[in-house]
Amino acid sequence: MSTALLVFRREFAGYFATPLAAVFLAVFLAVAAGMTFFMANFFDRGQADLSAFFLWHPWLYLVLMPAIGMRLWAEERRSGTIELLMTLPVQPWQLVFGKWLAAWVFAGLALALTAPLWITVNVLGSPDNGVILASYLGSWLMAGAFLAISACVSALTKNQVLAFIGAVVIGFLFVMAGFDLVLAAVRPWAPDVVVQAIAAMSFIGHFQRITDGVLEAPAIIFFVSLIVFALWLNVQVLDARKAA
Amino acid sequence: MVLVETRALVKKFGAFTAVDGISFSVDRGEVVGFLGPNGAGKSTTMKIIAGFLEPTSGSAFIAGHDSRADSIAARRRLGYLPEGAPAYPDMTVASFLEFVAAMRGLSKPVARERLAELVERIDLAEVWNRRMDALSKGFKRRVGIAQALVHDPDVLILDEPTDGLDPNQKHEMRELIRTLAPNKAIVVSTHILEEVEAICTRAIIIARGRMLADSTPAELLARAPARDPSQTQIVRTTPLEDAFRHITLEQAGS
Repeated sequence: MSTALLVFRREFAGYFATPLAAVFLAVFLAVAAGMTFFMANFFDRGQADLSAFFLWHPWLYLVLMPAIGMRLWAEERRSGTIELLMTLPVQPWQLVFGKWLAAWVFAGLALALTAPLWITVNVLGSPDNGVILASYLGSWLMAGAFLAISACVSALTKNQVLAFIGAVVIGFLFVMAGFDLVLAAVRPWAPDVVVQAIAAMSFIGHFQRITDGVLEAPAIIFFVSLIVFALWLNVQVLDARKAA
Repeated sequence: MVLVETRALVKKFGAFTAVDGISFSVDRGEVVGFLGPNGAGKSTTMKIIAGFLEPTSGSAFIAGHDSRADSIAARRRLGYLPEGAPAYPDMTVASFLEFVAAMRGLSKPVARERLAELVERIDLAEVWNRRMDALSKGFKRRVGIAQALVHDPDVLILDEPTDGLDPNQKHEMRELIRTLAPNKAIVVSTHILEEVEAICTRAIIIARGRMLADSTPAELLARAPARDPSQTQIVRTTPLEDAFRHITLEQAGS
């Protein structure tokens, strides 16, 4: 575990070694606020809650999480440092977990910086703070799932742009999974079980259940299992690349 | 005592065979030079020994530990300088070496002592707090060596340790390798022939993935073809170069 934390520390500091962190945080806050106020009409709703803020998170993360995650392995492969890392006497999962954790904590930091919104709704009215807290945690978990997918895709290539695009495409499938558009395309030919399985993969469906304050446990289990699975796959990808 | 051993290593990338049946062993106290034209399979072989790549068939051992089945134990005994001496550009020399030491499980006091010794020995004091992306090639290479020596390993695999260095730096690097040699098994790849004479106790010549020679530099010299005195050389070559060209071109022609 301490090895994973060493990797985490190095990786997390890496985000701040360049202006990348500041740029990312600024973009994240600007877009999050923009979506809340202009696309979801935060004020016109006349309700003191943050559902207008959380509503757009799956779409926001779809682009921004791959931007954080794309460098995790692709950059190491490009610069050759992956040879140093993979020949240290450590287990691959320690590297995989440490790197993902750094990206996840960074995403958590971005999310935490939106706290003024939370304070604002408390000044304007009396929101259900339990639901808001659950929504924040749910949003962070969903970010973790996007990041685990991004890290896994990043391990496949040394090209960060490809890693970004790949992660966005896979993320898009998860975001869209619950929409009728997708399900209607599958329904005519696939058995019912498959249709239901696809619908159950929906990021938006699970996230909405968390922000609505109902049935949180299955949604949390879903995101956690997806993270674990993607990180496991990440380890397998690293192993497979050794033999390639 | 055999510290490095490879048995019939084969590595294929698709239809291309990069390494084709390489077997050799290195004892403590030996410095083995890996020679060969570019693309001969030197780096690939070293990557397999270091455990970064898995062989298609065959196996490699570090201090008796299989680099695949017992990889963690093998890596503990190994210091590896990858091709190009890669390092994290955003870290300082100090934080990079401390990171490697910690990842290798050295406690803080031990790491501090070890790094202080290496700073002295490899002459890193003036760049200690500089970022890696601001280092010259020579210093980058030296940091790469320091990184490989942090845990005082029995085995050193150095992929082109003197590549890109100026003559003075080359000389220093060779001296360093010589002083390390008695207590370790060292494998050094190079395509600079004078280096083999300068530091190696044995030379292995590889071309197109195959081992063409495994002998002392003196024995290699003996394989140099006799010069034809009637032909004047446009470019003057050393006897070792003649031997190298003779051995590698002979194979290419066949």
